[in-house]
Amino acid sequence: MADTMTFDLVSPERKLASVEATSVNIPGMEGDMTAMPNHAAFLTTLRPGVVKVNNGNDVTEYVVTGGFAEVSAEGTTILAEEALLKSEATKEKLQALLERAEAELERAAAHENAEAARRVAGHKELLLRHSL
Amino acid sequence: MANLKDLKTRIDSVKSTRKITKAMQMVAAAKLRRAQESAEAARPYALQMGVVLGNLAKGAANSPTAPRLLAGSGKDDVHLLIVATSERGLCGGFNSSIVKLARLKIDELVAAGKTVKLITVGKKGREQLKREFGDLMIKHVDMTDVKNVGYVNAQEIATDVLARFDASEFDVATVFFSRFRTVMDQTPTALQLIPAVFEDAGDDATSPNYDYEPDEDAILADLLPRSVTTQIFTALLENGASEQGARMSAMDNATRNAGDMIDALTIQFNRTRQAAITNELIEIISGAEAL
Repeated sequence: MADTMTFDLVSPERKLASVEATSVNIPGMEGDMTAMPNHAAFLTTLRPGVVKVNNGNDVTEYVVTGGFAEVSAEGTTILAEEALLKSEATKEKLQALLERAEAELERAAAHENAEAARRVAGHKELLLRHSL
Repeated sequence: MANLKDLKTRIDSVKSTRKITKAMQMVAAAKLRRAQESAEAARPYALQMGVVLGNLAKGAANSPTAPRLLAGSGKDDVHLLIVATSERGLCGGFNSSIVKLARLKIDELVAAGKTVKLITVGKKGREQLKREFGDLMIKHVDMTDVKNVGYVNAQEIATDVLARFDASEFDVATVFFSRFRTVMDQTPTALQLIPAVFEDAGDDATSPNYDYEPDEDAILADLLPRSVTTQIFTALLENGASEQGARMSAMDNATRNAGDMIDALTIQFNRTRQAAITNELIEIISGAEAL
């Protein structure tokens, strides 16, 4: 049986990773989950959090700010709105992301876009918790 | 007959023009490479997004609970056209061809009795459309300060467009941009954003039956706005690459034309110079003969 699967992490601006992995930890909208090879196909949206990719030897961690993940038996694809290596995620960068989320919230509120406001609020809170 | 000094001045001026167009061509070539790279880097995301949404949409399109972004507002009265052009000129027919396509569409819609609203991205398109359709414009997005188009720029536009859709300001949104094929070939394209259209993924056996978390409708509602952003982003990137490509070939042409002009002027210059020498000789000889 296959003990690895392909893992792709793409953001709108570039492809961040395309590797073989034994397991991937995904911060799903309704809770964290771990995808392993031959996982049943599913699709979930992401909340801001950390994606952990285990390739059997070591673990690579990425910070994502939202997006969605597609899991099938052969592989996992994460389409992240924004993603960076956790080792590169400094407090300043996270702070900047948070500020942008806040600015977005403000703009969304101006348009009375409750849906967007709710999403951004969650975004903000999670980012804040994460940066601590 | 033009005198020698005039000709010399003209040759020099064309030469310096050629230097400038040559430099611009090289700058455009360098920028084109970068623009192409970022357009290509963005492709996997857009592609994947399209596939996933296509699958989701197939199931949801006919359900009564389909989100408005997918099903539309049920009307077809107000059209929002987003016309994306460049901030700078000197890129051949790049802007004109986009504007031409948009103008055709506007005329067609107006003739059909629809209301048209315009959002322009990029100064050049606005300048061209302002004269005719100034009263239709509701917003202009200035990209003068944007060096490299980022996802953020697309997000800004998308947020605004989505907010307007939520406020029922329009029924159908279409974005106009130039699709990059090769350096010589850019095709002005119209892409409908809202309601969303998907190319039929066909009978692909590769798409398994997904479990959804949260449920299908929630995911769809979450993804559709993102898809609008992604499509705008793609349009902007394609536009960026097309602009540089168009500029590169326009400047290449200009450089070549300047070269031809220099050759022609140089021949004229030499002829004039010889004629002047001959003239002088005749004057000297006839002077000597008269003695």
